[in-house]
Amino acid sequence: MSADLNSFAWLLDRLAYEPRRNGKLALMTDYFRRTPDPERGHALAAMTGQLSFANAKAGLIRTLIAERTDPELFALSYDYVGDLSETVALMWPATRARDGIGHNLPAPTLAAIVAGLADADRRALPAMLAGWLDQLDETGRWALLKLITGGLRIGVSARLAKTAVAGLGALPVDAIEEVWHGLTPPYEALFAWALGEGPRPEADDPAPFRPAMLAHPMEDADFERLDPAAFSAEWKWDGIRIQASSGLDAAGRRVTRLYSRTGEDISGAFPELVEAMAFDAAIDGELLVLREGRVQSFNVLQQRLNRKTVSARLMAEFPAHIRAYDLLVDGREDIRALPLAARRQRLDALLQTRKPARFDISPELPFSTWEELVAARAEPADVGAGADADAIEGLMIKRSDAPYVPGRPKGLWFKWKRAPGLIDCVLMYAQRGHGKRSSFYSDFTFGCWRTGETGEELVPVGKAYFGFTDAELAELDRFVRKNTINRFGPVREVTHTATSGLVLEIAFEGLQRSTRHKSGVAMRFPRIHRIRWDKPPGEADRLDSIERLMAGATPARSSEPEG
Amino acid sequence: MRPHELLTPTPAGLYCPPADVYIDPVRPVARALITHGHADHARAGHGAVLATRETLGIMAVRYGEAFTTARQEAAWGKPLHIGAVSFTFHPAGHVLGSAQIAVEAGGLRIVASGDYKRAPDRTCAAFEPVRCDVFITEATFGLPVFRHPDTAGEVAKLLDSLALFPERCHVIGAYALGKAQRLVALIRDAGYDRPIHVHGAMEKLMGFYEANGVPLGETRKVAAADRKTLAGEIVICPPSAVQDLWSRKLPDPVTAFASGWMRIRARARQKGVELPLIVSDHADWDDLCATIREVGAPEVWVTHGQEDALVRWCALNGIRARPLRLAGYGDDGEAEGSGDLPDSRGASDER
Repeated sequence: MSADLNSFAWLLDRLAYEPRRNGKLALMTDYFRRTPDPERGHALAAMTGQLSFANAKAGLIRTLIAERTDPELFALSYDYVGDLSETVALMWPATRARDGIGHNLPAPTLAAIVAGLADADRRALPAMLAGWLDQLDETGRWALLKLITGGLRIGVSARLAKTAVAGLGALPVDAIEEVWHGLTPPYEALFAWALGEGPRPEADDPAPFRPAMLAHPMEDADFERLDPAAFSAEWKWDGIRIQASSGLDAAGRRVTRLYSRTGEDISGAFPELVEAMAFDAAIDGELLVLREGRVQSFNVLQQRLNRKTVSARLMAEFPAHIRAYDLLVDGREDIRALPLAARRQRLDALLQTRKPARFDISPELPFSTWEELVAARAEPADVGAGADADAIEGLMIKRSDAPYVPGRPKGLWFKWKRAPGLIDCVLMYAQRGHGKRSSFYSDFTFGCWRTGETGEELVPVGKAYFGFTDAELAELDRFVRKNTINRFGPVREVTHTATSGLVLEIAFEGLQRSTRHKSGVAMRFPRIHRIRWDKPPGEADRLDSIERLMAGATPARSSEPEG
Repeated sequence: MRPHELLTPTPAGLYCPPADVYIDPVRPVARALITHGHADHARAGHGAVLATRETLGIMAVRYGEAFTTARQEAAWGKPLHIGAVSFTFHPAGHVLGSAQIAVEAGGLRIVASGDYKRAPDRTCAAFEPVRCDVFITEATFGLPVFRHPDTAGEVAKLLDSLALFPERCHVIGAYALGKAQRLVALIRDAGYDRPIHVHGAMEKLMGFYEANGVPLGETRKVAAADRKTLAGEIVICPPSAVQDLWSRKLPDPVTAFASGWMRIRARARQKGVELPLIVSDHADWDDLCATIREVGAPEVWVTHGQEDALVRWCALNGIRARPLRLAGYGDDGEAEGSGDLPDSRGASDER
């Protein structure tokens, strides 16, 4: 395979259609293996969001195509395709090899494009871009236009791309995470290390990301198996997992970073936290919004998420806070091998002495039996959570003698969420799934009743595509095929009247108001909890009961138990 | 004679009044001339059918020997006279036996090209440009965004995927007549020599192509019991079977679809395709334009597909053109009857 943009475009094209994680990994690892430096490194940068081209915008692309095509033909084409980059990539007038009179210019490499765009001034850009488009094929042009407009939607996270690099050899992906933030494109040392051809790249970053330790859900059977005396418990806050890492570089300057659970650097969105981190440490905790000492709901926190920069007004209105529960590095000492109890003591001491603003410790809950925890989980307000009870989504139960182990080790940390909300909804539409499920109707849209202008009607309230077993999926699929009343492309409408249709008991983690949904409600993590073959659709829940749930504090069973 | 007196669109199809025959009629008529065997062009139940030997054979395979009361074989390039009108069949390069029909009377020649393509295809005779006064062209891919890539690259995509995922079955949706056989030929030409597994609906047509001098290597009909054993194999089936119960037993399938429509990402995604293969039996935009220039017709009638853009292109290039609104041909051109196309337009996928 030649190492030019056409070959990277080929990869992006395949990734865009491949729904499965393992499929994506195989494609990326294969590409990294076949492609030499520095091209593969630039590709890795593109897929991990490390490239950004500020100069090239949609307007420039429109201008270029307008100079080359008839406006009416362009309008007809754009209308049909529905995507600017794709339309331009396909319509771009290029001589085809089959005509035998094409050019023999090689396609540009990604490296050349990165260098060209970095150096180009605005006036040179149109001619340079047009030159590259002339040299690429349809897929290459599509990839280039998607790259420079920042619209690369291939369903690959930075973590997945790094996992593919790790797949070149025997490295665990977390080893790559630890050095990642000290590296820059085109990552030659990283590839050499991953392939076993070079040493671990020097990580001279004083504030690197350390891969997070994750929990398993607590199962009922665990309580009989586990000794409560070996565990400690704390609240599970409904915020964002965050790692606050800070240290001094070789020149004595402070380097401070906030990382998401997956190692994404989100410091830019939280300058007030960065400012508060005048300590040498790596703290694991929960990002929350606190107003007058009270933890706000996840809904409120969302106003601060997914922003590159932040205004003073936003910071005042949504003040960020970190509730710390673990310490990974204390000064220059990596303490991840110490038991949790010792790490907590060090964390407490650090916060006591440094007293960083906007940080506090997540308290431990004293308990001696699991029954006490059951009570705490049911009513956090009664056991000290006070006014913050609404922002608690359950409990974390951690083995006191466990070291900090990246990933999801078995038997050390457990999350035990509060009982989810449950409502009975009526199946309205079904859509076929992907991959293994491509022959099954496995994505289900469901609704609740409300009084409309013409009487009782169902309004869609959510969509779920998991929660059922394979056997249940087969039954659901059969039901959809037998009860279809309408088809819209890949979507089928199934019968849903008061007397005929299927009731699904839907479990969810939370509710929020939404202007994007017809019902005015958006659910968090909806899933099919039970299929109510026995229940007539007319007896499913009404939108009012969801609205009541939203007004109330905690999700709970909304309808009366069956009589 | 003026063009519309020689050929005129009617609800039953394109009609030639002086000879009293229809070309590719969509309803049963007394006398029909058929360009090729796809179901929306070749229907059963006419009184008499004139078509190439291969097309007559394909109709017999699909509808049974009783598909028409009387039949007559049209020889390539030999004018056949019906009253004052002569009809000549020329290769269209679309599928085996596909023809353009040149209709000539009183010094006026109209070429009804049916469906055609210009890309190389060893499973049928190559398109032959015929100079004419009026050229009737299809416009299935009549938008400048439709530019079919080199088929070798598309087959390489398939074989690469097979090498990368050797434990998965690669199931390819392809129209039973023409596309399926061409795809097998292309895969063979790329050096793949393992048996290729085909859906029962295309088995007879595979045999028909072989019997008509198109070697396809070993193709095996997929029996219900075999489906589980096809890991790492290539399976070709009608598009409707890909996403239906039929494919469910295939081991961990990679879903591919071979069609010109795969050029448009939204369209491929809408069908849940994981490996789109842009392989078409229709002319793409560049070839439509090149062909119109080549036949030199001062007037062009544009039918089934994206008529507007091609009419616009003709206007920009000083060629008189008008859309010929013929009903009854698959909106998608490649459809062989609604059963073959599970599509946004709501065709059944269970028939």
